[in-house]
Amino acid sequence: MSETSKIEIRSLRKSFGSNEVLKNINLDVPKGGVVALIGPSGSGKSTLLRCINLLVTPDGGSVRVGDTRFQFGEGAKLPDVKTLARFRATTGMVFQHFNLFPHMTTLQNVMEGPVTVRRMAKADAEKLARAQLAKVGLAEKADQYPATLSGGQKQRVAIARALAMEPDVMLFDEATSALDPELVGEVLSVIQQLASEGMTMVIVTHEIAFAREVADRLIFMRDGVVVEEGPARQVIDNPKESATRAFLSHFHRTGALPPANAAS
Amino acid sequence: MYQWDFGILWSYRWLFLNGLGVTVGFTVVIVVLGLVFGLFGAFGSLSRFKAVRLLALTFIEAFRCTPILVQLIWFYYALPILAGVEMTPITASALALSLYGGSFYSEIIRGGIISIDKGQSEAGAALGMTPGQSMRRIVLPQAIKRMIPALMNQSIIQFKNTSLVSVLAVPDLVYQSQVAAHDSYRPLETYTAVAVAYAAILIPLTIIVRRGEKRLAVSE
Repeated sequence: MSETSKIEIRSLRKSFGSNEVLKNINLDVPKGGVVALIGPSGSGKSTLLRCINLLVTPDGGSVRVGDTRFQFGEGAKLPDVKTLARFRATTGMVFQHFNLFPHMTTLQNVMEGPVTVRRMAKADAEKLARAQLAKVGLAEKADQYPATLSGGQKQRVAIARALAMEPDVMLFDEATSALDPELVGEVLSVIQQLASEGMTMVIVTHEIAFAREVADRLIFMRDGVVVEEGPARQVIDNPKESATRAFLSHFHRTGALPPANAAS
Repeated sequence: MYQWDFGILWSYRWLFLNGLGVTVGFTVVIVVLGLVFGLFGAFGSLSRFKAVRLLALTFIEAFRCTPILVQLIWFYYALPILAGVEMTPITASALALSLYGGSFYSEIIRGGIISIDKGQSEAGAALGMTPGQSMRRIVLPQAIKRMIPALMNQSIIQFKNTSLVSVLAVPDLVYQSQVAAHDSYRPLETYTAVAVAYAAILIPLTIIVRRGEKRLAVSE
């Protein structure tokens, strides 16, 4: 499996002060695979996600995405800012609180990566950005500022912004947790569409029914360790570990996804 | 009852205008230089390297926490003895006022930068920007908007602080009016006129700043 995997994480460790957040984590995501990370807050799932694009620097272990591999821990030299930037350009990330750039229009938000990081000509970047906005169903919002958009629209722009870098991998950090319930569906349906197009994705989520529907594999984390891992449906429908069972008992695990009613 | 006679000042009009020119020109110089020092101080205090941070903070606190009048005198009288640098009164006071203003500008600029949500630079980093790119493209454009009112306020204070350079015999508005007051025996009229001159320049400026603040508040 590790021969073909797109993301490979080995014995990853991370502490914040004396708090050990990640304890010896291993993770493989095959090309085109969709992995959902679930677990109670403080379980380390967001930190693990942020270690994949090195927004958080691990204390030990290794991270590989595509052909680029980084080793951390004793004796390993930390990558310099240029290497880090080049590496992060190949992974897209979507944040819980959108983090759109408020001083730019929607279109400028999506063009920013291609223009500043990929040094693309403005005209080409605009064409690409408009295509990505159309893809998330917001072509007509191109000239508006983020402040005028709903939460669901903001998150879809954030997805378009990440996609405009044409990444190999997409990382979602609780992308729907800050949204009003009626706006969750429109964002999930965009993520689902990406999955069906074969995008490699790691999704930190509390939407268990969504994870069951979209993810191939599911990882349940607690206190910085992987408690249970397996095919998403199998883990959700028949959890083996008692901790997984206890956690999942708080959720509706099946049923239809929230409808993507408001198209824009 | 005191008999006011402002007419007497008319014969000193060129002296006053000269002084006003020096005051305004001096303000422009110390605001520009001060902003340069402020930028260095702010980025220094936010540096990844501890030594740079320490250096910047030492500069900021040294100038922020000592009186400007003492700094002016120290730069003119003490620095030549300690460092062997001979300076004209104008150079000494321009340097002291710029560094003093710069220490306050530093804190304003630093505050503006750190007031921008960390998620903004994270989003920049996630797109593959270097820290420099995300500072220029994402953080600074938002931070500058927030800094402008405070920077304008500090510059107004700087304008008034130039009145202190008269102690080093720099021929600014206050210095020239001292000359006029001694010459005419009319200090009341002279200093009233000087106060009015400062206010006449600053009141329109403060109105512009307040309008600007309102416009910025709307576009937030």
